[in-house]
Amino acid sequence: MIAGDQASPEDVEKIRAGLGLDRPYLIRFFEWVGQILSGDLGTSIFTNMPVTTMIAQRVEPTLSLMIVTLIIAVGVAVPMGVVAAWKADTWVDRSAMAFAVFGFSTPVFVVGYLIAYVFALKLGWFPVQGYKPISAGVGPWIQSLILPSVTLALVYIALIARITRAAMLDVLGQDYIRTAKAKGVGQRRILFVHGLKNAAVPIVTVIGIGVALLIGGAVVTESVFAIPGLGRLVVDAILRRDYPVIQGVVLLFSFVYVLVNLAVDLVYVWVDPRIRY
Amino acid sequence: MPLLEVDRLQTHFRTPDGVNRAVDGVSFHIDKGETLAVVGESGCGKSVTAMSIMRLIAEPPGRSAGEIRFEGKDLLKLSEKEMRKIRGDDISMIFQEPMTSLNPVLKVGRQIGESLRLHQGLGRAAAEDKAVEMLRLVGIPEPKRRAGEYPHQLSGGMRQRVMIAMALACSPKLLIADEPTTALDVTIQAQILDLMRDLKQRVGAAILIITHDLGVVAEVADRVVVMYAGRKVEEAPVNDLFADPKHPYTRGLLGAVPKLGSSLDGEAERLAEIPGIVPSLKKKIEGCVFASRCPDAEDVCRQFAPALEEKAPAHLAACHFSNRDAAEAAA
Repeated sequence: MIAGDQASPEDVEKIRAGLGLDRPYLIRFFEWVGQILSGDLGTSIFTNMPVTTMIAQRVEPTLSLMIVTLIIAVGVAVPMGVVAAWKADTWVDRSAMAFAVFGFSTPVFVVGYLIAYVFALKLGWFPVQGYKPISAGVGPWIQSLILPSVTLALVYIALIARITRAAMLDVLGQDYIRTAKAKGVGQRRILFVHGLKNAAVPIVTVIGIGVALLIGGAVVTESVFAIPGLGRLVVDAILRRDYPVIQGVVLLFSFVYVLVNLAVDLVYVWVDPRIRY
Repeated sequence: MPLLEVDRLQTHFRTPDGVNRAVDGVSFHIDKGETLAVVGESGCGKSVTAMSIMRLIAEPPGRSAGEIRFEGKDLLKLSEKEMRKIRGDDISMIFQEPMTSLNPVLKVGRQIGESLRLHQGLGRAAAEDKAVEMLRLVGIPEPKRRAGEYPHQLSGGMRQRVMIAMALACSPKLLIADEPTTALDVTIQAQILDLMRDLKQRVGAAILIITHDLGVVAEVADRVVVMYAGRKVEEAPVNDLFADPKHPYTRGLLGAVPKLGSSLDGEAERLAEIPGIVPSLKKKIEGCVFASRCPDAEDVCRQFAPALEEKAPAHLAACHFSNRDAAEAAA
């Protein structure tokens, strides 16, 4: 397959031996694990470059995209959910939740093209596509990230806002909220100091789980906005059947996901003193 | 001028199947430094009365009308912001459920300090010091360490002490205690009542205590208001009420109190109960609210609501027959 349709049996045999495919799979698996532990993800079949190098070149755009998305999403979704819970069953709540349903059910690429059309092509506020590294200055970097991040954040906002609303509704009905009111605590403090910290566990959980969503979304978003990140790398690698690269990126994504959820577990201890490990 | 005057308070709730008249025209007053008990069975509107005074009734579906004058100011007419200044400062409240009434994720010292910071403008450190002092005042050992703990690390009795510390932190003029001992062990109950009585003297606060426990009433109250189905049916100084209850409902309540050791002396007497249930508050009640359960009800009771009359000095009751019944009971 790698050698092409016209390959002779000898060529195929040579490539098999070169890739080590003639040896038992158990041995190959342990070799692979050993290599990973020593920081070697193998070599790309297509470019012949080490996979780690290829990943390293692509990490910055994806990481930037994910972090900016995370900040936008949490920054918008949590206040939105809190206000929706406070104004439960009013038009404020209903429109926030309608927005959430809309955000959750619209595919990322549709939103991506739509906002790129409006804000980049029509209004010209942001570049249509592409990515400026942070070394080119924070201004251009952020500008190139705003549209893709907003696109990606939409689904995430929907998810977090809904959970925040549900968790806050539960908390606001608790006795200690009544106690706080009886002390003369103001509405904002009740919501954000007494309420939010109690509602934090489910919210933080869903933020952690949502990172998986973010990874999947990053692949699509990077394609829509032509960002040279890990998502594009893995899509290209899949099209080229460049297995070491696919494996490397998937492994990295899984690792990040595990790490994020570990962080989430650690945050529990910080927000809820009743949780001890 | 009394400290607090509740004047024809009506708190109604709109529900899908009609208006619930939880409190329907209740009036009473509390003088400075006095302890008034409001008694009645579950659902008679005691707690709603307390919540109405604090303006903690959610609007809608709730709605309070009438007047609640605190030092002459009508609390029902204040803006939310003005009301917030009074809550926790001039009037504070202790709730029934110490297990759930403290915020589980904030240290108790901080929760006590919060009202001090809000109302007295203390800084973080000063509020913390005062909180420790309050904890010591309510008899919590090692107050400094306890202030740094979370509610789940404290027992029920200690949590109620924390609630009291929190309520008294700003030296309120009126303390509303809604069933403060109901959720506690009997031994702890006595301690908490002692503590409230002791602190009341020190701080000089008036207390409005809401309870269904006549033992608690006898223990702490100066005066008693008996509520039934959202109305006041009797009001009297505590000794008069126990010695000579004028309203048949009050007599029923007193009769329903188990006497210590009563099941031990020979034939176990059946505990007296008040037959029937409280009428629905969603329908308009014709005549006396208690008529449907009253052992002495006559036609007049079902047709005309009795007015609250002064049956003896400072002793009000809403019953057509109270004096006659009392006379018969004596005979």
